[in-house]
Amino acid sequence: MKMDISAISIRISLLLVLFWCSAALLAEPQYQALGQSASELTEQPQWNLTISPDGTGLPPGSGDAKVGQQIFEQRCAGCHGFDAIGASAMPLVGELGSLRSEYPEKTVNSYWPYATTLFDYIRRAMPPAAPYSLSSHEIYALCAYILSQDGIIEANVELNEVTLPQVKMPNRDGFSAVYPNNR
Amino acid sequence: MARSPLHSRRQFLQYTALGGAFAGFSLPVLAAQTAPDFREILPGSMTRAGADFSNYGQPSAYEKKVIRWISANSEMTGNGVSWSPLHELQGTITPNGLHFERHHNGVPDIDPAQHELLIDGLVERPLKFTIDALKRYPQQSRISFIECGGNSNSSFRSKPIQTPAGYAHGLVSNAEWTGVAVKLLLEEAGLKPAAKWAIAEAADGASLNVSIPVDKLLDDAMLALYQNGERLRPENGYPVRLLLPGWEGIVNVKWLRQLRLQQTPAMTRDETSQYTDLMPDGTARQFSFEMAAKSLITSPSQGMTLPDNPGIYQVTGLAWSGRGKITRVEVSADGGESWVDADLQAPILDKAFTRFSLPWQWQGQYAVLQSRATDDSGYVQPSREQLIANRGRHGYYHFNAIISWEVYEDGYISHIYPD
Repeated sequence: MKMDISAISIRISLLLVLFWCSAALLAEPQYQALGQSASELTEQPQWNLTISPDGTGLPPGSGDAKVGQQIFEQRCAGCHGFDAIGASAMPLVGELGSLRSEYPEKTVNSYWPYATTLFDYIRRAMPPAAPYSLSSHEIYALCAYILSQDGIIEANVELNEVTLPQVKMPNRDGFSAVYPNNR
Repeated sequence: MARSPLHSRRQFLQYTALGGAFAGFSLPVLAAQTAPDFREILPGSMTRAGADFSNYGQPSAYEKKVIRWISANSEMTGNGVSWSPLHELQGTITPNGLHFERHHNGVPDIDPAQHELLIDGLVERPLKFTIDALKRYPQQSRISFIECGGNSNSSFRSKPIQTPAGYAHGLVSNAEWTGVAVKLLLEEAGLKPAAKWAIAEAADGASLNVSIPVDKLLDDAMLALYQNGERLRPENGYPVRLLLPGWEGIVNVKWLRQLRLQQTPAMTRDETSQYTDLMPDGTARQFSFEMAAKSLITSPSQGMTLPDNPGIYQVTGLAWSGRGKITRVEVSADGGESWVDADLQAPILDKAFTRFSLPWQWQGQYAVLQSRATDDSGYVQPSREQLIANRGRHGYYHFNAIISWEVYEDGYISHIYPD
């Protein structure tokens, strides 16, 4: 059978079209959506550990500095030192106003912008040998003890899920976001 | 010590000259041996059977000093780092057992069959994924460095630390990571328009949590399951970790259990009190995710002694940038007075280690070896003086300035600040 040039070129074109189509299909990732519905999990406490600056996520509870000091001495002072001034672990109090000095000290009270972060971090990570072993009452009390050491709250103030987010930290406005400009 | 001026350019050799030096060299012809008595003088490895096969190979017994250097809190041994021995390594891929570590409360033991990843918050459909399910998604691979934001921070101190290169600058490693594009899973869950940040949380003893911009997750983020071809090492996030190419180590969350989509960041401890860069005016840079271009001469480097005078030494090292590809690495032997372009080993990859090298003729003179990287954004690695002029001495994070090795006349090499 004889085939003229135009017929050959049509066949080549058809082949190219077929090839392009199959290539296009392969280029599109094909996979099965394997995520399982998790609506039942999303409200559960073990999936709501992060506490936001507005207080979202804070559990009910309360405590003051007097109770907090007792807990601190039992559970925290071994690493953070007597009066939370630091030992093998970092100092938590003092050094307010030191940040632009020759020897800045980034303590909770001198540096941390949000009091809610203190609750969040104590609950998830402290003490390191037994995270989540402190009750919410104990954590509010520890926050009250630490914050009252530098007069950020009065010594007799009870902290709870309503009052903790209202605490204004001294270095609240000390941060500037680099992202998204990244320079 | 006095610095002797030198014409640095002339110290760097051309390859053609090197090749010429060895031309015309030939071995004498050995007479055939038939007597068995030379068995005794053969290397022992040739006259007996070798060791058996192994289920999982280990480095040679003669390489025992090539180790990560551990620096942890004595009262909380799971809080600290281990440094990658970059000064002992070649090429660009960090072996899995030598990838740097940073843990906040130890390495968790996680059974992958029990592990779930939850994607919830501002999504249409909260979803959970098993590890087996994640393995069934299309797997993508990319070679990427991960660098701790605190890498090299001893260089902010007033005196140069005298430790080997990797043990001062090796909180950075480079691996081929394989896993699932985070974008696929976010699309499956259906992002709501208000979702701008994801709170990533780990299943370790610190429940480490940080906030990550959704834009990055949709760009090039990966849920990494494999590291250099094998499943992640426990210390690198087994069974699943986040990989955010080019961004500081802390946001590459290991042992990932949840991505909670929110409108705003959570202001967690590790994005406020830690991993923020204190400036001289007392304010701090926050969410400074990108690791800027940096390079390090890994050999010759601190603690080594050049054995031959005169001698030819292959100056080699690593360069990387969280913003893209390395386009140029220059090397100086005179403390930055003159620079020569080093050779860059292919392939040069985006946000990955690039190996550079340059032969150097040393003739016993005092020298200061430096390298300077440029990336494809045009950014040039700064001098230490420039970095400190911009950021002060208390930034603690993101030290990416030029690192200098001082070569004494006797060949010994130490760390120096030339400024």
